Amino acid sequence: MIDFIVHRFVHALFLLLLISVVVFVVIDLPPGDYLTSRAAELERQGSQNAELQLRGLRERYGLDRPLYVRYWLWVSNFVQGDFGESFEYQRPVKDLIGDSLLLTVVMSVLTLIMSWAIAIPIGVYSATHKYSLLDQLFTGISFFGLAIPGFLLALILMVISVYVFGVPIGGLFSAGMDKQPWGIPKVLDLLKHIWIPVLLVGLSGTAELIRIMRGNLLDILNQQYVQSAHARGLSAQVVTWKHGVRMAINPLISLIGLQLPSILSGSIIISIVLSLPTTGPLLYRALRVQDMYFAGSFLMLLSMMLLIGNFLADVALAWVDPRITYR
Amino acid sequence: MSAAMGNPNDSSEYPVPTNAPDGQDWVSLSQGQLIWRRFKRSRIALVGGVVLLAFYLSAIFADFLAPYEISTRFTNQIYAPPTPPRFLDSESIFHSQPFIYKMKQTINRATLEIAYAPDFSKRYPLRFFVKGDPYKLLGIISSDIHLFGTGEKDVPVFVLGSDRQGRDMLTRVLVGSQVSLTLGLIGVAIGLILGSLLGVVSGYFGGPVDDLVQRFAELLLVIPQIPLWMALAAILPVTWSSLQVYFGITIILSLLTWGSLARQIRGKTLAMREEGYVLAAHAAGASHWWIITRHLLPNNASHIIVVATLAIPYMILGETALSFLGLGIRAPMTSWGVLLEEAQNVQTLIFHPWLVIPAILVILTVLGFNFVGDGLRDAVDPYSR
Amino acid sequence: MTLNPAVESNPSPVPAGSDVIVQVNDLAVRFDALQGKVPAVNGVSFDVKAGKTLGIVGESGCGKSVTAQSILRLLPSPPAKLIGGEILFRRRTGETVDLAKLHPKSVEMRSIRGNEIAMIFQEPMTSLTPAYTVGDHITEAIRLHQGVEKREARKRAIDILDRVGMPQPARTIDSYPHQLSGGMLQRAMIAIALSCRPILLIADEPTTALDVTTGAQILDLMESLQKELSMSIIHISHNLGIIAEVADEVAVMYLGKIVEQATVDELFNNPKHPYTQGLLRSLPQVGEKRRLEPIRGVVPEPNAIPPGCAFGPRCPKFMPGKCDAAIPPLIQVGQQHSTRCFLYEEQAGPMER
Repeated sequence: MIDFIVHRFVHALFLLLLISVVVFVVIDLPPGDYLTSRAAELERQGSQNAELQLRGLRERYGLDRPLYVRYWLWVSNFVQGDFGESFEYQRPVKDLIGDSLLLTVVMSVLTLIMSWAIAIPIGVYSATHKYSLLDQLFTGISFFGLAIPGFLLALILMVISVYVFGVPIGGLFSAGMDKQPWGIPKVLDLLKHIWIPVLLVGLSGTAELIRIMRGNLLDILNQQYVQSAHARGLSAQVVTWKHGVRMAINPLISLIGLQLPSILSGSIIISIVLSLPTTGPLLYRALRVQDMYFAGSFLMLLSMMLLIGNFLADVALAWVDPRITYR
Repeated sequence: MSAAMGNPNDSSEYPVPTNAPDGQDWVSLSQGQLIWRRFKRSRIALVGGVVLLAFYLSAIFADFLAPYEISTRFTNQIYAPPTPPRFLDSESIFHSQPFIYKMKQTINRATLEIAYAPDFSKRYPLRFFVKGDPYKLLGIISSDIHLFGTGEKDVPVFVLGSDRQGRDMLTRVLVGSQVSLTLGLIGVAIGLILGSLLGVVSGYFGGPVDDLVQRFAELLLVIPQIPLWMALAAILPVTWSSLQVYFGITIILSLLTWGSLARQIRGKTLAMREEGYVLAAHAAGASHWWIITRHLLPNNASHIIVVATLAIPYMILGETALSFLGLGIRAPMTSWGVLLEEAQNVQTLIFHPWLVIPAILVILTVLGFNFVGDGLRDAVDPYSR
Repeated sequence: MTLNPAVESNPSPVPAGSDVIVQVNDLAVRFDALQGKVPAVNGVSFDVKAGKTLGIVGESGCGKSVTAQSILRLLPSPPAKLIGGEILFRRRTGETVDLAKLHPKSVEMRSIRGNEIAMIFQEPMTSLTPAYTVGDHITEAIRLHQGVEKREARKRAIDILDRVGMPQPARTIDSYPHQLSGGMLQRAMIAIALSCRPILLIADEPTTALDVTTGAQILDLMESLQKELSMSIIHISHNLGIIAEVADEVAVMYLGKIVEQATVDELFNNPKHPYTQGLLRSLPQVGEKRRLEPIRGVVPEPNAIPPGCAFGPRCPKFMPGKCDAAIPPLIQVGQQHSTRCFLYEEQAGPMER
């Protein structure tokens, strides 16, 4: 078990390294990005002050140095908590991120919890009542859930809310609350607002989870050990839940690792539509103006979150499935 | 013991009996027939298939079906509401040929709001196969015949309304479908080639090859896709033509989806590698290439088709999301996502709800692919009932 | 084995005081598949006496497993459908129930499963839920049927593991299925099955997935436990050698029908049905050098069951105009010996149909 966890941890570090390379390539690739154009601009100015700034930039980002040096500079600074500077805002990325990363994490975790809480019971019902009226209804709903992009639903919801309430939904806090320091009232206020985006983000993931849970459980219910559990005289409920669901959930735990990226993706795009104070709109803005170091830091931080989530899912899996450490 | 020894026929010449119970004849079916039979049983999959077929056919003949060319503007018809063809005129008299009334624009001088009202003074019949904007069907056949239209330059027919530049939405939706519908296909095709080849190779050889491929596939799975798509799409050079951007977006989408394909196919291959027929082929001296192309890929084929069918809608949604954010397809090309970008503003959407029509088409397409894919998955599984 | 005369017309409860535990009369099971409806079991009748072993032998697909699973009402429906016959079972209380009439999910059926009738399966490796230890499985059954509390159940579980010859039962009880070998797992399965001291044990090819020596150990174990618990066993196998060793009475099945029934000695020394004769001739015997004769042809597809005697086309003694005209009745050919073949028509009056 310890071996397995250590192994997964090293694995996660390795992936992080690969991701940092990919992200750096994305940062470094665009020819007309903010950094290069800023450097060019400074060069054109040619004043003493500009010269100084230019030298600072060159040193900080290794502008005239080979690729691997630039990469190294970026990564080592990142590891030390220096995420670089936003050229658009002329401020360190760290200051700009603020609560947005935390809010993104909260939203993602809540979405994950909600999708499991909804999907597992429905999936079990559908599998045990295959082709029943409700099963077909759930199947239909989950197909729609998969087909409707969350951002469209967000848009439609906004239109409806304008019709019904006169103001568009949006935001994670009541007016004025977002500037308050964190405390119980602020958390309660957040919970009051966050469920709408959480539902929107979780829609497709929940739908998918229902389909997967249904399929897994149907497979499991055909297994020999389910039949022999029946042969021992256990009631259908006990067989389904204790022997069926328990086994069907195991692969879903390893699926969390794949679910998190799509939840995160969904939260970003829905945050953009609803203009929520998460990382989404910041990243979007950074990308639109090609403020690549800012965007790159976001990508790295988001990926790190995912890897942590993945790692936790691995640990959970090792904990529930006795076979896992022997693989 | 009775000595009556009937001399039975040769065992290969059994009397061919058909006393199947309940009078239902037993039939022997080939694999393909069985799949088709099982697929047919799912009515919803069939409906999905028909819808998709209709969509793709209309995408192919979009230029002919559309009454105008996508950039044709009617400057005095901005945000005109949909005007479905009429059969009853203002005095409730029935006409067998559909017609429309010209929409008269009025501008409220105080609020600057534009309103439209039909002008009942004259009926404009809709004619079929009318001459209009020239186009090249499929880029080859030059023509200027459109399926329908009023045939009059200043009386446009907007079945689905017009956009903020006074362009016909039906035309834009039809032409946009060419991008939206093909992008998924091409993207999945690229992803499929990469994914199935790498998946099979990785599952078959195992060891370091497997490790390498799997780490890369995994990498693509753990990176949050939308942000990475956004980042990659954002760095496509501004100088690129819209066609280059189209392929750029396609490649970005497919580069990031081959991973999941490769993983699924690898899993299957891994299981198959130990199967008797692969070992038998080995024993018979078959080469790796032979085994991969003659045994593993064909045996994976049905699985690959299912996975691919289910990956297409995912790509379509990806393109829609990117274009919706303004990071995808660029003008003069258009796609459903680009059309939706105009609907991004809540105020616009409230006053011009027909702008949301592309969204409905996206949803129908995705549903169609999901239904077909699901039906196929059940159909190719020999153990499904 | 007593053969029940004219049971189908007059279903009678198992006579009180007789030593018959299970009496199956004219059982019929059908599978509804996409390609058509398949009669898996078609008019099977037999009974099992207290403390004795009935062996059911036949090629794969002959319906022997379906018969066994029908007794416990374990067949998934759809596709399987019990379309006729009765399964009379004498419970511990002495009362007789027709299992064919019980709902598969009913409380009564469940109180019989695992408690009065237990079953072990061919694949011990896949018969235990991977997430639970051997002990979890045993105590689950004990607590369910005997209503004892946790600690007592565990004590009994260790005890029964000891009795099935599990090494270090106090430790093995906490092992997960993937940590044990096939033979050990089958011992564990037997322990689970016997934990509630069933009256009847159904063993569906219990040694097929094991290697020969392990299989022999399992067979020995089953025999000694049978004596100890004085339970009846239905032993299903495609292996005539095993059946000869373990069974008191034997039923030979071919395409959903029993073609010959007899005591084990009678059947092996004096086989009547050409199919049984063929099976025995295709069996190698130690110390005897002769050519093995396989049975000609192959088992027909379930859709193409020949008219008349299903074995007809493969039978060396096929009588045209007779064997393909009608299904042969079950004919008594000895004191405890009957067979479904026209060759013996003159010897005795038909017993059935």
